[in-house]
Amino acid sequence: MSIFSTKTSWINLIIWVLIIALIIAAPSVLPVFRLNLLGRYLSLAIVALGVDLIWGFTGMLSLGQGIFFALGGYCAAMFLQLNSASEFPNGIPEFFGLYGVEKLPFFWEPFKSSAFTLISIWLLPAMIAGLLGYLVFRNRIKGVYFSILTQAALLVFFNFFNGQQKLINGTNGLKTDVTQLFGQMVGSEIMQRWFFWISAVLVILAWFFARWIVRDRFGNILIGIRDDEARVRFTGYNPVIFKTIIFSIAGGLAGISGALYTVQSGIVSPQFMTVPFSIEMVIWVAVGGRGTLLGAILGAVFINYAKSLVSEALPASWMFIQGGLFILVVTALPEGVLGWIRKGGIRKLLFLIGANKKLETYPRLEVNEQGEVNS
Amino acid sequence: MQLILESLFNGVAIGSVLLVAALGLAIVFGLMGVINLAHGELMMLGAYSTYITQLIFKQVSFLKPFYDSYVIVAIGIAFLVSGTVGILLERTVIRRLYGSPLETLLATWGVSLILQQFVRSVPLAYGSGLVIALFFGLFTPLFISDDLLNGAKGKLIRAFTWAFSAFLGVLTGGVLSSLVSKLSRASARNVDVTAPSWMRGGIDFVGITFPKTRLLIILITLISVLVVIFFLDKTAWGIRIRAVTQNRPMSDCLGISTETVDIITFGVGSGLAGVAGVAVSLLGSVGPNVGGNYIVGCFMVVVLGGVGNLLGTILASFSIGIMTDLIGAGRLLTIWPEMPSPLYSTIDFFATTSMARVMIFALIVIFLQFRPTGMFPQKGRMVES
Repeated sequence: MSIFSTKTSWINLIIWVLIIALIIAAPSVLPVFRLNLLGRYLSLAIVALGVDLIWGFTGMLSLGQGIFFALGGYCAAMFLQLNSASEFPNGIPEFFGLYGVEKLPFFWEPFKSSAFTLISIWLLPAMIAGLLGYLVFRNRIKGVYFSILTQAALLVFFNFFNGQQKLINGTNGLKTDVTQLFGQMVGSEIMQRWFFWISAVLVILAWFFARWIVRDRFGNILIGIRDDEARVRFTGYNPVIFKTIIFSIAGGLAGISGALYTVQSGIVSPQFMTVPFSIEMVIWVAVGGRGTLLGAILGAVFINYAKSLVSEALPASWMFIQGGLFILVVTALPEGVLGWIRKGGIRKLLFLIGANKKLETYPRLEVNEQGEVNS
Repeated sequence: MQLILESLFNGVAIGSVLLVAALGLAIVFGLMGVINLAHGELMMLGAYSTYITQLIFKQVSFLKPFYDSYVIVAIGIAFLVSGTVGILLERTVIRRLYGSPLETLLATWGVSLILQQFVRSVPLAYGSGLVIALFFGLFTPLFISDDLLNGAKGKLIRAFTWAFSAFLGVLTGGVLSSLVSKLSRASARNVDVTAPSWMRGGIDFVGITFPKTRLLIILITLISVLVVIFFLDKTAWGIRIRAVTQNRPMSDCLGISTETVDIITFGVGSGLAGVAGVAVSLLGSVGPNVGGNYIVGCFMVVVLGGVGNLLGTILASFSIGIMTDLIGAGRLLTIWPEMPSPLYSTIDFFATTSMARVMIFALIVIFLQFRPTGMFPQKGRMVES
């Protein structure tokens, strides 16, 4: 099938051209502060893609993506902290001194290597997601039970990271903006521009990756699991494997996203694992359009941008708007904005306001007074 | 012996807060399969109702002699407030989403955000006025005969009841804000409910001091559980609720109005959240986020106990409570000081409130490996998905 054969593909093409134009134009138009925000939101789009894969395509609503997001962030932050720790006493990051820790905890050691860090950013969250997922899916726990369990797991990780000052600086989190990378301060303008580019490229790569996953038979099975898991099982597939794989992929994407977000926001802390943040990820996808990969990206970027703009102008009102969005999207726009457009929503809207004539899909039947059809 | 008794008491006290909070959730989840993430916020409303009731009793001269009994009045008020908001929630949002639990989960999360911000940015006096308006608006039509409501002037009568309720609401808001100055301004700060004098201190028994607030909470829980059991077992609507829980289409065929059952169940479940709010307000300060601390624990209780089973809910909440106390307060270490050192250091590692949570959630996940449907799974042939 040719890419541009259908109408939706044209919409896709237009959106993509817009996105790429936006990304190329952004660094020269936006001030550094806004550019940094946009970069952060682009990195959030990657975790949104993961949420879309597991929720939009496979029908599993995870409320615990914050775990994997934060783990990726911690991996990156640990590497950066170690990378610039040589000037501190004992050659370990500064905060350890506050708690009287003199020896580096064992799990920090491998993060001295940049190669290990680059791999662990996505592999570690993916492995933990895979393990958690396998344990849950094996017992055929699904639906809301899955959601509740992922939320509980989120709280487990949150409490753990929050309480362990001596291991990972507890509730204060790990700062990255004053650390060094390639001889530059991570928080400096030039580094932030680089991170923006990296985020932009990785979003597009992640989109291609996700698209490659859902287009094939694998994607069909995922959709099958979403629509009728029992039938997929009876057809001879083992849903556990597919669910574990996709959950683990989403975890890996979340890890990458968390690492990018951390270096651009300058800190990783247990706040990344709070319950509201993980549910917010779902609403980005829901607004953008579940089951549409582009929708997840657009939802993440636009909602976060709207959030920062609204919060600057009217701090109190964002909660109302966000709460309203949840209710509105679920009750009125279950397909999300992009899904709505693809299903011909704009034409319906035009018809509603009378700007467009309704198409006659069936030949009009002439009915006589007895109610019989004149042929 | 004394230690074990004290530990048991603390565990039961923690568990009974969980139980009264989870009771409503269990009923709603069991009957309608609805995950109500706004349950915590309904608890928060109950806690704020306690606070408002207390202030009213303090300020209004003819209520002052009865100040000591405000807690008991607050229980009733909290039940009605949370129940009213719950019914409104059911009528406007949840009713549209039956059969799609994940969507309900997201929508109720939205509701919980709105409720949190509502208590932050609306003065409590006008907030209570709004609840009063809703209360009368929703319930007065029940006392008007159906003939009138469905008659030619039905719409007019409905509009009139709502207008009258709105008037009552504005009146309440105005009177409250002029009477109690603390309620007239919006504030995001936490407030404190002070316990009446008879609830302070404790009762000494076999050398242990039992705090009276804890005892009262256990009592509230006990009464709530008994009332719920009586309601579900003996009253006509309770039996209808159980029938719908077991088989919705069949109950519908037999002439039970499932819509009414849904409203009643959701109202009762939300009202119980309000009662839990009273209990919570006695334990610590009340703020917009107070419900969030309990909600996941409540869900754990429901999941662990098994859906649609009160006994499971009761057992699950008490076992979680006792475990929390045993692990979190490091009581195992005092009970058994000479345990082997690796075990000792492990348990010591988990001996804080937050780490105890880590341990307990992990244990629950492990437990669900063996019993995926909780302690007491629903019997009968289960339809998958």
